[in-house]
Amino acid sequence: MIWSKYSAPQAFYPLAGRLIPWFSVVAVALIGVGLYMGFFVAPTDFQQGEAYRIIFVHVPAAWMSMFLYVVMAVWAGVGLGLNARLSFMMAQAIAPTGAMFTFLALLTGAMWGKPTWGAWWVWDARLTSELILLFQYAGVMLLRTSIDDLRRADRSSAVFSLVGVVNVPIIYFSVQWWNTLHQGASVSMSTGSKMAATMLTAMLLMTLAFWLYSVAVILSRVRCIIVERESLPVWEEQPTVVQKVAEVR
Amino acid sequence: MLQAVTLSCRRGERRLFSDLNVKVEPGTLLAVVGENGSGKTSLLRIFSSLLPPEEGSILWDGEDIHQLKELYSEQLTYIGHLNGIKDDLTPIENVMSAMALAGEVCSRTAAQEALEAIGLKRLIHRLPSKVLSQGQKRRVALARLWVSTRPLWLLDEPFTSLDAASTGVVTQRLHAHLQRGGLAVIVTHQEVELPAERVQRLRLAG
Amino acid sequence: MSRSSMWEAVGGIVRRDLLLAMRRRSDAAMSVFFLVIVVSLFPLGVGPEPAVLRTIGPGVLWVAALLACLLSLARVFTADYVDGTLEQMVLVPQPLAVLVVGKVFAHWVISGLPIVVLSPLLGLQFGLSGESLGVLVMSLLLGTPTLSMIGTIGAALVLGVRGSGLLVALLVLPLYVPVLIFGAGAVTSSMAGIGGEANLSLLGACLVLSLFLAPWATAVALRIALE
Repeated sequence: MIWSKYSAPQAFYPLAGRLIPWFSVVAVALIGVGLYMGFFVAPTDFQQGEAYRIIFVHVPAAWMSMFLYVVMAVWAGVGLGLNARLSFMMAQAIAPTGAMFTFLALLTGAMWGKPTWGAWWVWDARLTSELILLFQYAGVMLLRTSIDDLRRADRSSAVFSLVGVVNVPIIYFSVQWWNTLHQGASVSMSTGSKMAATMLTAMLLMTLAFWLYSVAVILSRVRCIIVERESLPVWEEQPTVVQKVAEVR
Repeated sequence: MLQAVTLSCRRGERRLFSDLNVKVEPGTLLAVVGENGSGKTSLLRIFSSLLPPEEGSILWDGEDIHQLKELYSEQLTYIGHLNGIKDDLTPIENVMSAMALAGEVCSRTAAQEALEAIGLKRLIHRLPSKVLSQGQKRRVALARLWVSTRPLWLLDEPFTSLDAASTGVVTQRLHAHLQRGGLAVIVTHQEVELPAERVQRLRLAG
Repeated sequence: MSRSSMWEAVGGIVRRDLLLAMRRRSDAAMSVFFLVIVVSLFPLGVGPEPAVLRTIGPGVLWVAALLACLLSLARVFTADYVDGTLEQMVLVPQPLAVLVVGKVFAHWVISGLPIVVLSPLLGLQFGLSGESLGVLVMSLLLGTPTLSMIGTIGAALVLGVRGSGLLVALLVLPLYVPVLIFGAGAVTSSMAGIGGEANLSLLGACLVLSLFLAPWATAVALRIALE
């Protein structure tokens, strides 16, 4: 089976190396196209003017932040269940990228909120859940760095990410409930169901681009982790480099 | 019968042992010896199922202990490097609560007799354990061996901080356990004074 | 293993932990004392305006109760971990998750129940009326066991880790958000005359959910910590 072959870190390392350029190039290209469509092609919103265009970054980033958390938890679960080293490495590699997207979603949310709602921060259900999500990413990463024993670090942070996956929907629901109690239905993030086709296309393009970017970044981070953990020289490249040096002499 | 099959263990970066095969028959004792850091305690913890081995498995009567789970826990009494006794409880309460937790019946008199058997006088049965010396605390932990009905004993350095007399008493108890067909794995750096045919020594190189 | 010996083992744990708490009463008193101090700080910081105090009262009481629960978490497993009784607990021929429930129950009786009992007094300081006081007690009665349940997962994860006190707070506080919202929400809505039933039943749902999932996660975390 091809999967079992590549589940060994040593076998995965060169595969990841071959995939990274493809994902990076397509990600950059799609980000270019997506941003162009979002900022120049999509029509101006008649209520919010030009300010709404930040959602082409904001919404895909928020989607990715949640998606990546789930993916991280799945790898963590696979790692716990099958005791697979590579799964834990994947989970470890995903966390920083997920946290970055969460932060990006919060930042762009604030930038969007100021002109739209007149405040940098509103205790909207989505924004609040996003904030808690950031805390959970931080928790996963902090727990990992505080534990010296690698095996325990892997497994403990895996348990915590799985616990968090149950928690996020509950938080989202509870904050929404809390909002209706305190201030009536809050301003919704979505700009209405009749979104122009170009807007939707731009948003989906950006999401795809962010996904490709995540894959590229995560794969290269996994490569670093493999080298670090398996305490092996950088495979393949190493001997040829040594040879070249010998030839020069 | 307890069996270790192609066992290997790694703690952090260090490989402690690999491809270790050993068999403990009923009525015999496995004495694990070796230098500090050679993996003696890790081996015992693997036997107890606290620590999963990196490779290989432990078989109890031919079945993997990680499949047996609670059924395996029912077979063993484990006294680790830590005594597992509470400073705020009296020796009697400690023995009784440890036994209750393990799901074994132990009356107050049985606990008292066990403590006396290992040389703790009645006077100190009712003191909080925190006033006891290291050797006395160790004996409170080992008193469980007099009330345990489990066939497999796993003991980590049972003779630490015991005087010569208590060491003798514990050795006798071990002998009686083996004579009844029990098994034991002990980690030690002392000679165990038991009949040679009952003792199997395993030296870990480190 | 028969069901009766399972209850014996759980009962044994609960009895032992309560006995230990009786021998060291100061431990149990500490979280209550902490709660009283924190709650009393707020009027000093915000000002003695009754209307303001009544508005922030439910939130303050609930946040303080939550922090008191958090602080007591370090005690759930640490002593057992250090003296080796936790190892013995893991090797018991009973499902570890069930024993964890016993452990959490004892912990709640020692550090959660006093908070619930004391809360009406503290509520009076913030000018809560009779009915709201009742809802406050109910919400804490349903909420604090949930906090203990969720908290022990964190406590098990950080066992023996350096800087574990702060780390457990960082891990657990985000998980406490729903309980805080429903708990304080119940009191607020009863004060507003809507009645706290909806929030209270949500708190009940949280309790049931945590009762099913948390012990299992804690058991896994404990085994990892003891490897």
